[in-house]
Amino acid sequence: MAENTTARSARRRISWITGIAAFFVALITWGTVTAQPGASWTPELALDLQGGTQLILTPSIADGQQASLEQLNQAVSIIRQRIDGSGVGEAQVTIQGNENIVVAIPGSPDANTLQLIKASALLEFRPVINFAQSIPLGEDAEPVDLEALSDEPTTEPVNASDAAWVTERLLAEFDSFDCSTQFRTPGQVDDPSKPLVTCDDFLRFKYILGPVEVRGENISDAFSGTITTQTGASTNTWAVNLEFDAEGTSAFGSVTSRLFGLPSPQNQFAITLDGLVITAPSTNAVITNGQAQITGSFTQESATVLADQLKYGALPIGFEVQSQENISATLGDESLRSGLIAGLIGLIFVMIYMAFQYRGLASVVLGSLVIAALLVYLFIAFLSWRQGYRLSLAGVAGLIVAIGITADSFIVYFERIRDELRDGRSLEIAVEAGWKRAFRTILVSDAVSFTAAVVLYLLTSSSVRGFAFTLGLTTLIDLMIVTLFTHPVVQLLARNKFFASGHRFSGFDLSAAKASYRGRGEFRVGAEVTSGKVRKASKEAQKRQTIAERKARQALEDGDE
Amino acid sequence: MSKFRKLGNQLYSGERSFDFVGKKRLWYAIAAVAVILAVSLPILRGGFNFGIEFRGGSEFRVSNSQDLPQSLAVETVNEIVPGVQVNVAAVGFSDLRVQTEQLQDLESEEVRLALADAFGVDPAEVASSFVGPNWGADVTRQALIGLGVFLLLVSLLMAFYFRSWKMSAAALLALAHDLVLTAGVYAGVGFEVTPAAVIGFLTILAYSLYDTVVVFDKVRENTLEIELSDTRTFGEMVNLAVNQTLVRSINTSVVAVLPVGSILFIGSLILGAGTLRDIALALFVGTIVGTYSSIFLAAPIYAHLRSGEKELKEASERVLAGRE
Repeated sequence: MAENTTARSARRRISWITGIAAFFVALITWGTVTAQPGASWTPELALDLQGGTQLILTPSIADGQQASLEQLNQAVSIIRQRIDGSGVGEAQVTIQGNENIVVAIPGSPDANTLQLIKASALLEFRPVINFAQSIPLGEDAEPVDLEALSDEPTTEPVNASDAAWVTERLLAEFDSFDCSTQFRTPGQVDDPSKPLVTCDDFLRFKYILGPVEVRGENISDAFSGTITTQTGASTNTWAVNLEFDAEGTSAFGSVTSRLFGLPSPQNQFAITLDGLVITAPSTNAVITNGQAQITGSFTQESATVLADQLKYGALPIGFEVQSQENISATLGDESLRSGLIAGLIGLIFVMIYMAFQYRGLASVVLGSLVIAALLVYLFIAFLSWRQGYRLSLAGVAGLIVAIGITADSFIVYFERIRDELRDGRSLEIAVEAGWKRAFRTILVSDAVSFTAAVVLYLLTSSSVRGFAFTLGLTTLIDLMIVTLFTHPVVQLLARNKFFASGHRFSGFDLSAAKASYRGRGEFRVGAEVTSGKVRKASKEAQKRQTIAERKARQALEDGDE
Repeated sequence: MSKFRKLGNQLYSGERSFDFVGKKRLWYAIAAVAVILAVSLPILRGGFNFGIEFRGGSEFRVSNSQDLPQSLAVETVNEIVPGVQVNVAAVGFSDLRVQTEQLQDLESEEVRLALADAFGVDPAEVASSFVGPNWGADVTRQALIGLGVFLLLVSLLMAFYFRSWKMSAAALLALAHDLVLTAGVYAGVGFEVTPAAVIGFLTILAYSLYDTVVVFDKVRENTLEIELSDTRTFGEMVNLAVNQTLVRSINTSVVAVLPVGSILFIGSLILGAGTLRDIALALFVGTIVGTYSSIFLAAPIYAHLRSGEKELKEASERVLAGRE
């Protein structure tokens, strides 16, 4: 019955790996059929394979401070927003190695776009003079000739909230303003002493705002939290707390003392980031101590987002371009094609060599490599969909190198089986004994590879990372394949007549074992240790034992007593 | 039956055996000469040829530049920026890569348009880029930190698994040899040192140790009961283990080198300078040297390091006495 359990367990393991593959196939099929964003059968390619421009930016902050991870995250979302706003198309903005920001954009950007990406974000406080819902104007709206209208205030405005700021031209601009159009030129810098017509960042409302009264760098801190009642009990309502420095405190104090008591909407002040209104709260009190609280229908998430935006504005980060790399789409194409051709040729050579060395077993190698390639492809497609992974040229190189390391697992395994055959064991027993030894070797050597991949991935940046990622992924898949596919298949083949008889094309050529020189029995020592017959281990052996071996021996000795 | 398989049988039984451990002084001498050559060759050639990523500079790529001579690019650039050093290389089927020291924004735009004009292509087909001099240094610094951490972790892993720091030490010595040799060959061939080459070196690290671990695991298995052996000394047992894994070592290195070799071949032939070619050269050399050093250096060094241990010494004296 023992053979039957072996076969059954082998088949079960093969069905596991089939199941894993089927699961990912089903998942990606579901993703593409239901048109989930990003789901696709072809993995996204990185810039060096697809063509485009990659910028590496280092944040530069005044007075030499180091940008925190929070600020970098904030910077990433701001850069993304700016690029999207400039109509360049899909951009990929990521943080790298805790200090750099990498921007990948298709095509080559013009000088304006570059300027836009490099500029530091501007956070400003402006009083609201008027606002309205933005309604698309439609095709037949008559274009207004703004230049013909007067831009002179009828009376001199007495303060930033004064309706006198709204000139004839500004009013016409506001009336014809449509947030769904591209209303700001990329990188537009607004005059802080002039009123401004703009929209909120969701593009739902349009505003007329007065001149700038408080600037972002006067915010000393911003954080989100729940409101506490006067008795100190916490409520479930989220709010954003703001603290100003001395200059900000006095400026904000004079704003609130003027706005408080004005009719809506003039009791509101707008906070703008890069010219877009991120919030426009109304004033409920005169705040002279520099500590303000913005309340409203916040969720925990929206409160955190706003607090982060405010905090970012408190420390405006500009960016220095470290490198700008441009790859033409044709070169990317050629690289990918040559990489794949090289991989394929390499694979064919490997197969020929394996067939020469391992005869019938080479078909197991072919099967294993094909399944490994399929799994790697599925994982990469999956990660590209869920995690935004992009396959780079360095990644392709990692995959090609992986062919060698993966095939080595099979070689180590087959050689161990042959060693056992040379000791005169029957094929089925040789397969089991060889597997036990080979698996340990494969495990520890893969551990070395995997450690390399993880360390490189965590500690390095850019292309090294893409390489480390595929190296790590393929090492894991190698382990999966060899345990869940190669070994069970060999177990099943060992029961097959062609292989078990040691046919000369099977790769388990028994005549080789019989012909082998089996002189003075020098290997009994090693063989006996694994069979557990030597009860009293020498000091040397004890020193080299693994934990599992120690335990096994301990159990054996305990049983004797 | 193939000769190779017969050799495998003979190596396994010890009927035939190559003396890797016994002739250790010869292998040490060869390694020392190779290392000295690998260090002096780059010095003679005037140091490593660092790529633009390490030097910093401006780069222009002219797409579809047809068959116009490369000197045209040099002339064009020098008309705008006189006296500047210009490096031109063909990349891919029809691209031309023009590198200079870092130019001013205005200059580089002028050069871009002039190149488009000279090569008769649309200005959009000439891409200009630049790399700050810190970029490559940053990558290398991070890679070195990664290298340090990795070596520490793997040494611990090996010391823990093999229960012997001497295996870690032997493996690291062999690794150092591999890296120096590969770097020497890389410099000797005169390829540019690019971030891709750095990746290649990091992989050799992983591969060289990986290969040594496979050999050492067999050594560990064979020497478990070495003190009880009456027939072989510790050194002979290590040597047998290396011989027994020799077929595997050869097979593995062939299998690892085949794909890498095809990248190197296709990379240099079709693509010219680039990521694939740079990685492949480092790997090609590193794989071969890595396999070589596991056999000819790591194992003898390990046997050497342990030969002074009292118990092993006594055991081998007993074995040798028994033979007389």
